[in-house]
Amino acid sequence: MAAFILKRLLATIPVMGMVAMVVFLILRLSPGDPAAILAGDAATPEMIEQIRANLGLDRPILVQFGAWLWQLLQGDLGNSLLSLQPVSATIGRCFGPTLSLATTTIVFSVIVAVPLGVVAAWKHGTWIDRSVMGLSVVGFSVPVFVLGYGWIYAIALWLRLLPVQGFVPITEGIGLFLSHLVLPTLTLSVIFIALIARMTRASVLEILTEDYIRTAHAKGVSERRVLVHHALRNAAVPIVSVIGIGIALLIGGVVVTESVFNIPGLGRLTVDAVLARDYPIIQGVILVFSAAYVFINLGIDLAYTVFDPRIRY
Amino acid sequence: MTSPVLEVRGLTVRLPAGADRPNAIEAIDLAVAPREIVCVVGESGSGKSVTAFSIMGLLPKGQLVPTSGEVRLQGEELLTATPQRLRALRGSRMSMIFQEPMTALNPVIPVGDQIAEVLETHGAATGGARAPRILELLNAVRLPDPERLGRAYPHQLSGGQRQRIMIAMALALEPALIIADEPTTALDVTTQAQILRLIKTIQAEHQSGVLFITHDFGVVAEIADRVAVMKDGFIVETGPTRDVLARPQHPYTRMLIAAVPSVLPKARAPIGAAPVVLAIERLTKVYKSSGWLQAAREVRAADSVSLTVRRGETLGIVGESGSGKSTVARCVARLIEPTSGEITLDGQAIAKLSAGRLRRHRRRIQIIFQDPYRSLNPRRTVGRSIVEGPINFGTPRAEAWTRARDLLELVGIDEAAIDRYPHQFSGGQRQRICIARALAMEPALLVADEPVSALDVSVQAQVLALLDDVKRRFDLAMLFITHDLRVAAQVCDSVAVMLKGQVVEYGPAADVFANPRHDYTRALFDAAPGKGWTFGKAAE
Repeated sequence: MAAFILKRLLATIPVMGMVAMVVFLILRLSPGDPAAILAGDAATPEMIEQIRANLGLDRPILVQFGAWLWQLLQGDLGNSLLSLQPVSATIGRCFGPTLSLATTTIVFSVIVAVPLGVVAAWKHGTWIDRSVMGLSVVGFSVPVFVLGYGWIYAIALWLRLLPVQGFVPITEGIGLFLSHLVLPTLTLSVIFIALIARMTRASVLEILTEDYIRTAHAKGVSERRVLVHHALRNAAVPIVSVIGIGIALLIGGVVVTESVFNIPGLGRLTVDAVLARDYPIIQGVILVFSAAYVFINLGIDLAYTVFDPRIRY
Repeated sequence: MTSPVLEVRGLTVRLPAGADRPNAIEAIDLAVAPREIVCVVGESGSGKSVTAFSIMGLLPKGQLVPTSGEVRLQGEELLTATPQRLRALRGSRMSMIFQEPMTALNPVIPVGDQIAEVLETHGAATGGARAPRILELLNAVRLPDPERLGRAYPHQLSGGQRQRIMIAMALALEPALIIADEPTTALDVTTQAQILRLIKTIQAEHQSGVLFITHDFGVVAEIADRVAVMKDGFIVETGPTRDVLARPQHPYTRMLIAAVPSVLPKARAPIGAAPVVLAIERLTKVYKSSGWLQAAREVRAADSVSLTVRRGETLGIVGESGSGKSTVARCVARLIEPTSGEITLDGQAIAKLSAGRLRRHRRRIQIIFQDPYRSLNPRRTVGRSIVEGPINFGTPRAEAWTRARDLLELVGIDEAAIDRYPHQFSGGQRQRICIARALAMEPALLVADEPVSALDVSVQAQVLALLDDVKRRFDLAMLFITHDLRVAAQVCDSVAVMLKGQVVEYGPAADVFANPRHDYTRALFDAAPGKGWTFGKAAE
């Protein structure tokens, strides 16, 4: 097990190296000039040239890449072209809100979706099953921003139950922190609930045809215990996989949600940085995201061993 | 006479509309007394499992419905009992042992906990009494090191150990009735013998009545006090085991008994000095698992195996699971790479041949697999499955199809069926099609890997006869892999017995069967169920 973890961690090094290279090159090859954007509309070509030289953007791409990589190896992600602040500090500041939103979303989705899926599988073919599946199709189909503005209109503006937007750090009170997260979480969760509920239903249904489910019935075990203790545990591996994929997709999903709810997280940071061609920020965010993917995947693989004793590394 | 633990009267269970008959079982009468073992014998589709599940109340809801009759467990009517009452009875007063202990145990729960669940569900042996009770049960089913095994997961146990766990689970609350549904079918013969003995001793100690479902008259002879023979949903014959075996009344019973292959080999013409088709020399296959920071493990699946098969000869490789018999077959067909040793086919060494040069020889070796339900592509007509190989090797299309028709006729299937799909055939017919498919390639060597294990006994005999017939007709060499000595006795000219990757006994079938030298061969003979009865005589 320790060997497996070590191997996986070592394997992240080439992965991250590739990511760094691809990100760097694609950004440099995409249209748009940060120097021109920085200089503003009234700038003369000389001013732009001057800025470009200051930023080091006039050097050959390979030299720029080498310099960036060298910095990176020393743990320095560079400075933002716009704010001139260190990238690591900027990302660090935006990390908290995104992590909060991602956590509440995943927790809420799992709590709602898994029981829904189990009940749908148990009542397979009945109206309960059909409504859960019907709702999940709706959940897949409604765009995040429509849902977000819908919640804001209904709950924040009309019923005035919750704040419209913004983010309050947990240090300023858990109540305030959570009340600002409810609507974004509801918005972002819908699609994951749909995804996880469908997956749970499918895998539990499959498990319910297994011989050991019949054995459990033959032992006189109650319906509820058969479902939770015997079926759900065996269905866990595909469900956990899909939750893992969900977390990965979530990183993309937060971009829209954070914009709708004006949350100063990584999603917003990415959008702003892309619009301003703030290369160091974009590179930094993508590196952080890919590291997160790698660790989430490792976490999922380790979670398998908890649910299924046959899986050993 | 004591009152029976189980009494079934006039039980009829309806099949869903559109099935091949209206009722799965009809007017079934059965009784099991305390300390009695009653065998229900029948082939697939006879309704024996439906009978068992009806008693347990485990029929799939809505699909199979009991329409009339009574099922009484110690006098209590079960068909009209509430689901709650049935649940309370299941596991406590009646329990069940299933066919395949690997799939019947929950793979993610330690086996000890699965036994504990029975106690827990029925509120027995609470608190501190539970752990000792589980140990007691594990001891009762003769499991070694019960403390450690109780904490193990099913996949860490052998097949026999898993079935012992199932039996411990069934025994946990000393039920009045134990239903065993083909409990030894998935096990090796030696393991089967141990499990049968265990069931017999245990039910005597615990006063339980046992309803034992099987398709194998050998097992019946071994274990049953009374026997009921089922066919197409009806009980066609019932009586004390001795009477039914010695004087079967119904033709179907006679056929089933005759279909049990005799352990005495048939007299066979000597092969003599026919040319050697296949020579295996010191064939070794080693599986290595090694990893980073991990000690390398080595399994010698085949260890220095040397065998020869001449034209017209059938060589049986007999062994239990894990003996390496299938490894040898797969190396010969080059489905896997041998680690060392030489395989010579028609004078050409093929063990180390590269994939490209091997291709020419592929058609010379054809395999018939164990499970005809899975070895034919379900989305392809059987005709297309048969012609695929020859066409790949350049046979003109029209010629391949003509030959496919001829071969179907030859294996006893109407050539008009050539455009049907595999699911439209029975298991026996599918195996015939697989044989036709193999013959279409005009092989020199036929490898039959447990070709009749998945088939009903009555069909087994026919498929074995067919294999023997095509071998003679085409003058083929055949490698016949089986775990069943009785089957080997029917078709093999010579026999090699394998144990842990090595050939422990090798010689002409008549010699090996008449005078087994190795202890393991003798153990295999002793384990064959029903050896006290000379099966196969009735047919002659």
